[in-house]
Amino acid sequence: MLEVKDLHVKVEGKDILKGLSLTINAGEVHAIMGPNGAGKSTLSAVVAGKDGYEVTQGSITFEGRDVLEMEVEERAQAGLLLGFQYPVEIPGVKNIYLLKAALNAQREARGEGEVPAPEFMKLVKEKLAQMKMDASFLQRAVNEGFSGGEKKRNEILQMLVLQPKLAMLDEIDSGLDIDAMRVVADGVNSLRDEKRAILLVTHYQRLLDYIVPDRVHVLVDGRIAKSGDAELARELETRGYDWVVEESAA
Amino acid sequence: MSDVEQQAREVKAFLDCLAERNANRGQEPTWIAARRQAGAARFEALGFPTRRDEAWKYTDVRAIARGDFVLTDNAEFSPASAAALTLPIEAYRLTFVDGIFSPALSDLGDLPGGVAVLPLSQALAENHEAVGGPLGRLTGVEFSPFSALNTAFMEEGAVVRLAPGSVVEKPILLQFLSRANAEPVMSHPRILVEAGSRSQATLVEHHVGESEAANFTNLVAELMLDRGAILTHYKLQEAPLGDLHVASIHVEQNRDSRYTSFNLNLGGGLVRNDLIGELNGEGAEANFYGLFYGQGRQHIDNHTLANHNAPRTFSNENYKGILDDRARGVFNGKVVVKRDSQKIEGFQSNANLLLSDRAEIDAKPELEIYADDVKCSHGTTTGQLDEEAVYALRTRGIDEQTARGLLTLAFAGEVLELVDLDAISERVELAVAGKLPERFNLAGLVEAAVALHDE
Repeated sequence: MLEVKDLHVKVEGKDILKGLSLTINAGEVHAIMGPNGAGKSTLSAVVAGKDGYEVTQGSITFEGRDVLEMEVEERAQAGLLLGFQYPVEIPGVKNIYLLKAALNAQREARGEGEVPAPEFMKLVKEKLAQMKMDASFLQRAVNEGFSGGEKKRNEILQMLVLQPKLAMLDEIDSGLDIDAMRVVADGVNSLRDEKRAILLVTHYQRLLDYIVPDRVHVLVDGRIAKSGDAELARELETRGYDWVVEESAA
Repeated sequence: MSDVEQQAREVKAFLDCLAERNANRGQEPTWIAARRQAGAARFEALGFPTRRDEAWKYTDVRAIARGDFVLTDNAEFSPASAAALTLPIEAYRLTFVDGIFSPALSDLGDLPGGVAVLPLSQALAENHEAVGGPLGRLTGVEFSPFSALNTAFMEEGAVVRLAPGSVVEKPILLQFLSRANAEPVMSHPRILVEAGSRSQATLVEHHVGESEAANFTNLVAELMLDRGAILTHYKLQEAPLGDLHVASIHVEQNRDSRYTSFNLNLGGGLVRNDLIGELNGEGAEANFYGLFYGQGRQHIDNHTLANHNAPRTFSNENYKGILDDRARGVFNGKVVVKRDSQKIEGFQSNANLLLSDRAEIDAKPELEIYADDVKCSHGTTTGQLDEEAVYALRTRGIDEQTARGLLTLAFAGEVLELVDLDAISERVELAVAGKLPERFNLAGLVEAAVALHDE
C-alpha cells in the first residue's frame, strides 16, 4: 500500500531522514518508535505533504501513485490521512463544517455526489458516540479551547468519518490520560481491517498495549535501525533505546 | 485648469442641477426652501472634500465630484428583477428606485397601531410641520459637504414613527434599488426614525441594484431613540460595483435606549459611511457591528463615532474587514467620553484580513477621554489567513481554495453570528463565500449546520 524507498529528507538544510525504507501492506499496523530527534515525525509530515521538507533522494508511493507528485489535498482524498501531534486550532470553523467539507471533497475525488444531509448527520452522530463526544462539539470551532485530550479525540473522530486507507497518527498518545487513551485506542482499532493500514508514530510503548502493532520499527538517526514485532516494543520499554543506537552504530 | 478652477466647476455642476430641479418644483413650505438654500450655500462654500481633509485622508471622492449625474423622476423597475434582488423576508417594505419612491414595489400591509412608515414626500404632504421639527435636528448642513449637498437636494426618503410602547414584530425594510441607467443618476435620500419611549423595531436598509448600474447615492439618516427604545438597524450594502455611496447615520439615544447597528458592506465601488452615536442619557447602549468585504478595486471607508455625553452609557464596537484583490478599506473608530461622563464603558475592536498582497487597509482607532472613572479599550489587528490552518484543512482533503474560503468565512463569523435575521446572515455568508474563488460552495455546509440546529 505504502512504499517508502531510500528516503532522504532535509529540513532547513539539515539532513533528517537519511535513507529510510518502509513497506506497509493493507491490513497491517506499523509503529515507528525511536529517541527524540530521530526523525519520527518527519516521515509522516513528508508523506502528508507539509511545506518545508525537502526530499533530496528516494521515493514514496501509495497504491502505486507517486505521493511526492500529489497535492496535500489529493493525498488526503486518496486515503492518506495524518493525525497531528499538535492539532491546529481553527477559530470560527465549526467541526461540522470541516467534517462535511472533508467528506465531500473525498467523495468528489471519487466521482461521487455530495453526501445527503440526513446520511451525513447519522454517520457523524454514530462516530461521535463512539468517541464519547457530545454533539455540541460539532458546533464548536475546530479544536478551539479544546483540552489536549479533546483535540486528540477530535483527530480520531475525523479519521472515523473519513475512513482513510492509511491513517498516520503522530504521537496520538501524547497528553492523554488513561481513559482518553482507551477511547482513542478503541477508535483507532475500529479502523483496523484487511483493506486498511495504520502507521503509529510514538515515543512510548504504552499506546502499543492498546493498539497492538504487527510491525515495530526503531528509527535512529534518520534510518530504520531495527524492525520486529510487538515484542520489540516491549523490549524497548524495559531496555530503552540506547542498545539499538549502539547496535546500529556498530 | 487649476485645482481651484476644477473644484469650482464640479461644485457648479451640482448647483446647476439643483437650480434646474428647483425650477421644476412646486411651491414648498418655507422651512424646506430655507434649508435647501442653506445646504446649497454650505456646499458651495465647502466644495467636495479632498485628501487634505483629515476625515477624508484615505478616501478620494473625485469619482463623485467629477461624475456627471442627473436626477430622475420615475421609479420604473421590472417587478421580476426586483423580486430577484429583494431580501426574502417577511417585512414592511418601502422601495425607492434611484431615490424615487415606488408604490408598486412597496407593501406596508397591516402596520400595527401607533406605527407609521411612509415615504418622506407623503409625510411632507400630509403634515410638513411634523417633519420639519425632527428632520435635520441631528444633521445640520455643517456635518460634511455631503450632508449639506443632501440637504440641498432632499425630497424623498423614509419616515418611521413609533408611538411610545409600540412593538413592530416584522422588520421594516427600506429597499434602495439602483438601475443601470443610460446616464448615471444621483439621489439624496433621507431616513428619519423617531422611536418613542419603550418602542421596539428592526430596520433593514438594503442597497442593491442591477449589476451594470453606476449611480451615486448620498444618504442621510437620523435615528432618534427616546427612553428605553430598542432599535436594531441593519444596513446591508449590496449595491452594484459601479455604484458610489456616501452616507451619514446620526443616532440620538435617550436614557436606557439600545441601538444596534449592523453595517454589512459587500457592494459598492466607493462607499463611505459615517455612523455617529450620541449617547445622551444614562443607561443608553450602542452596539456598532460591521463587516466589510472588498474585492476588485472596491473602496470601503467606515467612520464611526460614539459620543458618551452622559454617565453610565455603553458602547461596544466590532468591525471586521476582509479585503481581496486591490480593494482598499478604511476603518476609523472613535470613542469620546465627555467631561463627567463617569462609569461609562466603551469597547472597540477592529480586525482586518488581507487576502491579497495588493489589498490595503488604513485602520485608526481613537479614544478621547475627559472623565476618570471609565472602562475603555480599543484595538485593531490586520493579518493574513493562518497558513497552518490552511494546511490542516488541506490534510483533510479540502482543496486550498475551499480551505481559504472556510477560513475567510470563519473570520466574518464573529460578526455574522450576532445577526438575528437569518435571511441576512445567510445571505451575507453565502455572498462572502460565493465571492471567493470558484468551486467554493458552502451552501451545503450552511444547510448542514442549519439541519443540525433544527434537530
